[in-house]
Amino acid sequence: MSIGMKDVEHVANLARLELSVDEKEQFVGQLNAILKYAEKLGELDTDGVEPTSHVLPVTNVMREDVVKESLSNEAALLNAPDDEDGQFKVPAVLE
Amino acid sequence: MTQFNTYETVIGLEVHVELHTASKIFCGCSTSFGAPPNTHTCPICLGHPGVLPVLNRQAVDYAMKAAMALNCTVADVSKFDRKNYFYPDSPKAYQISQFDQPIGENGWIDIEVNGETKRIGITRLHLEEDAGKLTHVEGGFASLVDFNRVGTPLIEIVSEPDLRSPEETKAYLEKLRAIMQYCDVSDVKMEEGSLRCDANVSLRPWGQEKLGTRAELKNMNSFRGVQRGLEYEQLRQADILDANGTVVQETRRWDDAQGKTFAMRGKEESHDYRYFPDPDLVRLFIDSEWKERVRASIPELPDARQARYSAEYGLPAYDAAVITSSKKLADFFEESLVYTKDAKAVANWIMGDLLAYLNQNNKEIDAVSITGQGLGEMIGLLEKGTISGKIAKTVFKEMLESGKLPQQIVEEQGLVQISDEGAIKGIVEKVVAANPQSVEDYRAGKEKAIGFLVGQVMKESRGKANPGLANKLLVDYLNA
Repeated sequence: MSIGMKDVEHVANLARLELSVDEKEQFVGQLNAILKYAEKLGELDTDGVEPTSHVLPVTNVMREDVVKESLSNEAALLNAPDDEDGQFKVPAVLE
Repeated sequence: MTQFNTYETVIGLEVHVELHTASKIFCGCSTSFGAPPNTHTCPICLGHPGVLPVLNRQAVDYAMKAAMALNCTVADVSKFDRKNYFYPDSPKAYQISQFDQPIGENGWIDIEVNGETKRIGITRLHLEEDAGKLTHVEGGFASLVDFNRVGTPLIEIVSEPDLRSPEETKAYLEKLRAIMQYCDVSDVKMEEGSLRCDANVSLRPWGQEKLGTRAELKNMNSFRGVQRGLEYEQLRQADILDANGTVVQETRRWDDAQGKTFAMRGKEESHDYRYFPDPDLVRLFIDSEWKERVRASIPELPDARQARYSAEYGLPAYDAAVITSSKKLADFFEESLVYTKDAKAVANWIMGDLLAYLNQNNKEIDAVSITGQGLGEMIGLLEKGTISGKIAKTVFKEMLESGKLPQQIVEEQGLVQISDEGAIKGIVEKVVAANPQSVEDYRAGKEKAIGFLVGQVMKESRGKANPGLANKLLVDYLNA
């Protein structure tokens, strides 16, 4: 599997990144190098090995349904780029 | 104009149900509705870097319970995945959901339309977190975000494309709502957003196997909205096909005020969600002991109750279906039966005066004051002849509004039926004297005149005379 210009543009668009032509070319090279490195895994014999979604040997970690104190409205908005009426204010998103 | 018999409509539903846990799915913030904006948030649900979500056990129990009630197979191993997308209602830029190992799969429910039972397949049921709430302001240049709702546990229930009409869809949604209500996992109020529904709709020529191109309908916020939205969409697509056009696969928003659907400004790549396992949440192993514990908590469901009402109380299937369509209504029915044995009478009052009042005032049974005890005791008073059917209507209305018990209403308002022969005889004499023409008509063989005279006796007694006795005494008096 290899990454082309179109793939980089697609992923950049999904990540809302605006890239110059130079940057795109740079990422095509870097991403291909990363994929190539990961392809090394293909050398291993994985017959009979269950697919792994998590690397920790831990399961069923849960909490009880208990309400804890929340942040104050002021604290919640501390990192907001802008706010109004106790709410985060962001550029409009069209539906 | 479209010919309905040209195309078959195919509908599949995605229903989101908010689980009514006390706290959110991955943090301890409250899920209660209607708090001031951004007062139920914390670093976890706001998606701050470096925080660790921990799964709410109750949310998993509720999801399993719902899955079992919908006849799904519950997974032995389940996990959570990140669904990646940018939208300001999602502070992490991903939603924690479940991709390939949902809690439940391969379920079904039965619906009834026009007296016929139809089985609707349920593809899957998975757990996920809700998003925040956006309000658009400043003439469309800015949006305000309230993150109180973000992280509220949701189950998404995906049906097979088994529905064939807006009516079937409505029946499916109502059945789904009833089952969730009986299971007590959600408030399932469409108006408050705790039950939400998107629909995939397509048309195909009758007899064609291959599905047509579908549109996904959003923003149908009421049962009526769902039905109207689907009816509109059916016509819209049929018009396109009639004109040999092609239906575009897109997401459309139902506008309730305009009664139309509109294409949403779709980003062509918006469905590339790049799911991957959430490394912060470890896998769930659901053993049979856990499953059995949850299964044991499922109460009698609507279909079972409906069958029991027919078998045990001899209710007609229709009555039993209407009463069991809402858990609260069914509970009210059963509470009434603690106080009277006459199930058919209880059903009649529920199907008649009660539902008429609720529909007229757009209310649910828990928004009125009447109790099952009240209705049961009132039917007892009717049986004993303490009150007449006419008075019962007055008492019933008073119970709806004040919640007082019938005995008290009858005493306070002096509504006790007059069954004293002497008292009624006095009224009879008065009515006969005042209506010589009717008396003459009756004696001349016009039997119908008696009805008018009985009516006059009832009127004179302000509805309190025992009608049977009034009739008898009147006839005796006139024939004497």
